[in-house]
Amino acid sequence: MYAALHAPGNLPVLLACASHFSPLIEELPPDTVVFDIRGLRLIFGPPEEIAAEIDRRVGVHAHVALASNPDAAVHAARGIRGVTVIAPNREAETLAPLPLFLLGGSPEFARTMDRWGLRTFGQFAGLPPLGVAARLGEEGTFLQRLAQGQGSRLLKVRGEALRFHEERELECSVILLEPLILLLSGMIEGLCARLRSHSLAANEIRVWLKQERAGEHSVELRLPVSMLDPRVLLRLLELELSRRPPQRAIEKIRVELIAVEPRTMQHGLFLPATPEPEKLEVTLARIRNMVGAGNVGSPELVDTHRPDSSRMNALGDGCQDAVSIAPRLALRRFRPPCLAQVWFTEGSRPERVFSSKGEWRVHASAGPWLTSGGWWESSWDWEEWDIQVPEGVYRIHQDLCGRRWFVDGNYD
Amino acid sequence: MVALASTLRASDLERSSGFLAFPFGEVPRGAFTEIAGPASSGRTTMLCSLLAAASAGQEYCALIDAQSTFDPESAARAGVRLSRVLWVRCGGNVEHALKAADWLAQGGGFGMVALDLAGTPVEISHRIPLTAWFRLRQAVINTKTVLVSVSRRVHAPSCSALKIELGRPQVSWRGSGQGRLLESITVTAGHVRNHRRSESPVTIPW
Repeated sequence: MYAALHAPGNLPVLLACASHFSPLIEELPPDTVVFDIRGLRLIFGPPEEIAAEIDRRVGVHAHVALASNPDAAVHAARGIRGVTVIAPNREAETLAPLPLFLLGGSPEFARTMDRWGLRTFGQFAGLPPLGVAARLGEEGTFLQRLAQGQGSRLLKVRGEALRFHEERELECSVILLEPLILLLSGMIEGLCARLRSHSLAANEIRVWLKQERAGEHSVELRLPVSMLDPRVLLRLLELELSRRPPQRAIEKIRVELIAVEPRTMQHGLFLPATPEPEKLEVTLARIRNMVGAGNVGSPELVDTHRPDSSRMNALGDGCQDAVSIAPRLALRRFRPPCLAQVWFTEGSRPERVFSSKGEWRVHASAGPWLTSGGWWESSWDWEEWDIQVPEGVYRIHQDLCGRRWFVDGNYD
Repeated sequence: MVALASTLRASDLERSSGFLAFPFGEVPRGAFTEIAGPASSGRTTMLCSLLAAASAGQEYCALIDAQSTFDPESAARAGVRLSRVLWVRCGGNVEHALKAADWLAQGGGFGMVALDLAGTPVEISHRIPLTAWFRLRQAVINTKTVLVSVSRRVHAPSCSALKIELGRPQVSWRGSGQGRLLESITVTAGHVRNHRRSESPVTIPW
């Protein structure tokens, strides 16, 4: 829901009034402002009450209009006197009597409307859309949608975007991580409180640490979901700094939180439980610190025939179609593959294999399966065999470029 | 198929929060299940089937891979929705694997936490103190999480609600000469209860 205020010659007053209700205000000089009032229902009640409160607070004679989109609200405020509340899906009906010049558009559009004898929003909105598109092009289609009260766009918020950052110059340089974390905790708590007062959350933390007689040490943490708990943010930062600590004493700290809309989520009654995002992120950061960042994630197959090709994604990224569950013999891969020596029978089948996994006499084998590709970058050319040895069933391959044998893994 | 759920003790059944059904039977939720067997006995296939069953139900699964031997391609073939699986590669460090499993189990919210120690030498995995297994089990009690470990031998018989022991495989081949193909393996899947072992054969196609 959006509210528009129109009062000729009183733009500063309108802006002051709008800022009482919302930080998201668009200025439309010389005499109109439009602002976002979503969420005010909880404070003031239904839209009529919100409109009355805005009218009471504005202090000058102004026209107030509330509508489901900014353009409809602006047109109503400019064209209808007093307080107007347009119910959803009633925009076209309410705007129909307004004069067409309020719609704006190019001088050529205005001349065409004049020639056609169209005077009001309703008359223009009632024209066949295909005919309008054919004769007036993109501009005509856009303006007809506005005349029907169907505009949908984001507000061009006035002024600079809100920035949440804090800087602190230290009297004594800090060498150890613990006092640095203590200082950061105070800064992050303050920034989180500011974010909370604006009903926002953070999805990125940026920290710059000015080092003594050296450059800056910077830390950037991108969070998978927006968060507002200072303890979680601080813990993530602490883990990152302990993984990659600054090399010198710190003499200046600058912290910035990138603000986004907070996460809202409704859990389904019959859906399985999922890990709490904040807690999971801290746990994953701890695990990444321990085993390395590249070793934690959700595997994704790469679209190639090259064996053992997968990459790590964030958990829950990407979607997969439903697949049927059928038990199939799985391969347990040795990473890296074990270098091996292979002896063949007279019939060119593997007879004996020697590797770090043991020395095996081959009971049965299937192959060779030839696979190759990637000639445009790092090529591979393999000959694969499945072999049965006393210890189990294994897959071996020969790299035909290097003429070396490897044990890939065992079927398990 | 083996009806593994029937192996649960009455007290375990009362404590567990339901079962996760998978192609080989059922495993208890909120309890600890051990899958043990030698190489090529179908341990990984069983693990992939469990992951597939849990991920098909929109649950998130954590796989802590002590030796980094998990093959996503095989898992995808078995029906695992990989985007629902958190894979932690520990590069052979069992201590890291235990810590990661503990943190993830304590964090909650996962439908399944699997600790894969199948590639770890028995002499190393046997050194894991029993308290570590009890701590892991304690983290999932009264939750919907299935806690599974895969290894060569059963390590914590007093801690696990269900022990699945797999025997030596019998390998079937099809065709001959150049056209020969690996067809399936047949293993004996058994459960241990009150020191008595009962077995049934399981055939896993390639």
